[in-house]
Amino acid sequence: MPGFDFSNHNRNIALHARGVPLPKATSTGTTIVGALYNGGVVIAADTRATSGPIVADKNCEKLHYISPQIWCAGAGTAADTEFTTALISSNLELHALSTGRKPRVVTVMTMLKQHLFRYQGHIGAYLVVAGCDPTGSHLFTVHAHGSTDKLPYVTMGSGSLAAMSVFETQWKRDMTRDEAVKLCADAIQAGIFNDLGSGSNVDVCVITPEKTELMRNYITPNQREKKMRDYKFARGTTAVLNEKIITKEEISKYVVVEDVTGEQAVGEKMEVDQ
Amino acid sequence: MASISSFAMPSEAPTYSFAAAQSASGQPRQHGFYPYTDNGGSTLGISGDSFTILAGDTRSTSGYNINTRYAPKLFKLGGSGPNHEGSKIVLSVVGFAADGNALQERLDTIVKMYKYQHGKDISVHACAQRLSHILYNKRFFPYYVHAILGGIDEEGKGALYSYDPVGSYEREQCRAAGAAASLIMPFLDNQVNLKNQYDPNSGPGLEKVQRVPKPLDRTTVEEIVRDAFTSAVERHIEVGDGLQMMIITKDGIEEVYTPLKQD
Repeated sequence: MPGFDFSNHNRNIALHARGVPLPKATSTGTTIVGALYNGGVVIAADTRATSGPIVADKNCEKLHYISPQIWCAGAGTAADTEFTTALISSNLELHALSTGRKPRVVTVMTMLKQHLFRYQGHIGAYLVVAGCDPTGSHLFTVHAHGSTDKLPYVTMGSGSLAAMSVFETQWKRDMTRDEAVKLCADAIQAGIFNDLGSGSNVDVCVITPEKTELMRNYITPNQREKKMRDYKFARGTTAVLNEKIITKEEISKYVVVEDVTGEQAVGEKMEVDQ
Repeated sequence: MASISSFAMPSEAPTYSFAAAQSASGQPRQHGFYPYTDNGGSTLGISGDSFTILAGDTRSTSGYNINTRYAPKLFKLGGSGPNHEGSKIVLSVVGFAADGNALQERLDTIVKMYKYQHGKDISVHACAQRLSHILYNKRFFPYYVHAILGGIDEEGKGALYSYDPVGSYEREQCRAAGAAASLIMPFLDNQVNLKNQYDPNSGPGLEKVQRVPKPLDRTTVEEIVRDAFTSAVERHIEVGDGLQMMIITKDGIEEVYTPLKQD
């Protein structure tokens, strides 16, 4: 059966009635923005993911791919924004293949709102949809309950008020590409510094009818300073009760061992010591 | 000594729950009065052979908002004039800022009154016990704070006392309190008290012996404090903006301020 599995629903209600709290979801307590300009559209996001007061990811990606010319910025429950955008992206590709046309931003917006409305807000995805299609450049917001807006500049997430204050003082009609990128980046930075749910870096995506430019970590205003001390432990600091060395050849009897080297070996490097 | 109890601070962070359905008008409605808020932030104290260092970040928060980027959590007690000249005891408070300020003001007055009445400065251990009594006096409407008191004892050694909100206290080598206490305290256990570290030169397996902690020098402690806070800033949203450090020696109190990340 397709769709969500509700088989644990009754059990969880009973558990909750006895005082067991729901597990905490990773939320992208976020600042996301978007602005139309002369010749395209810009969306931007911060890169902090939180779980309560703890920073779960210092450099997460909140700009999601829908189609080559349509991108989505997501706030709310991290899993919901990721799966919802992936689902709509997949369905949109099939739709484009079946119609033989380039996908439209309104189509994405409509698919998203119908999907989210069906789940009555339980899918906690708050999205900024932007892109260029044969009918022009478009910018929308979609709320978790299914309502949508079509505006020249938008903000969402816990840092939306900080970001909107920048838009309301500095936005103007008919901006150039560079002006729009600067404005969106400034709006995100307002969120990063004034909203505790937002932080770390600024990601920007510029979409024009010709091409899409994703600028990951466009601004990095929160680099960690070097630690004062070295925390490398001397070899032998951990007590070892017994030791057994299993070679690659031995383990090859049970699983396929493959050496991956070069670029593909690491995805995105996490910031670690030394 | 009774263990320091873990009082949960009321949090404004959004949590999940099945909210009760709105009651129809005419139905009885429960009203509430919540006298406490959590203003976030963290503090930390480490005592050495001839000094004590207290530190705290300077951010004050409520929910996802920053009230101010500079609200000190460290207070000099006693001394003369508005700058507490000649003071040798420092109180740090974290939790509910209004209660922290009220507590600091009360203890400061008591320390000053002690000097007027007895003609000598109060000792840290006397001050520590007095603070415990002040806290327990409000056992059923507590000061919602984790306090740490630092100074130099009568033998000239660094002294550090930590408290729970209702006055249970203990003299310790090091203590972290506040929002990021659960992040900082294990780091201190490992780096100051050398917990979970064995002597690499001792025997294998169960014959390995624990490394023995020895008093740290001042620069080492300052570096550990800085690293503890820059790391807490990375992973806790309520910690940041500035680090205030007070180093108490027999010659008095040195105050150092260094900026922290503002995101």
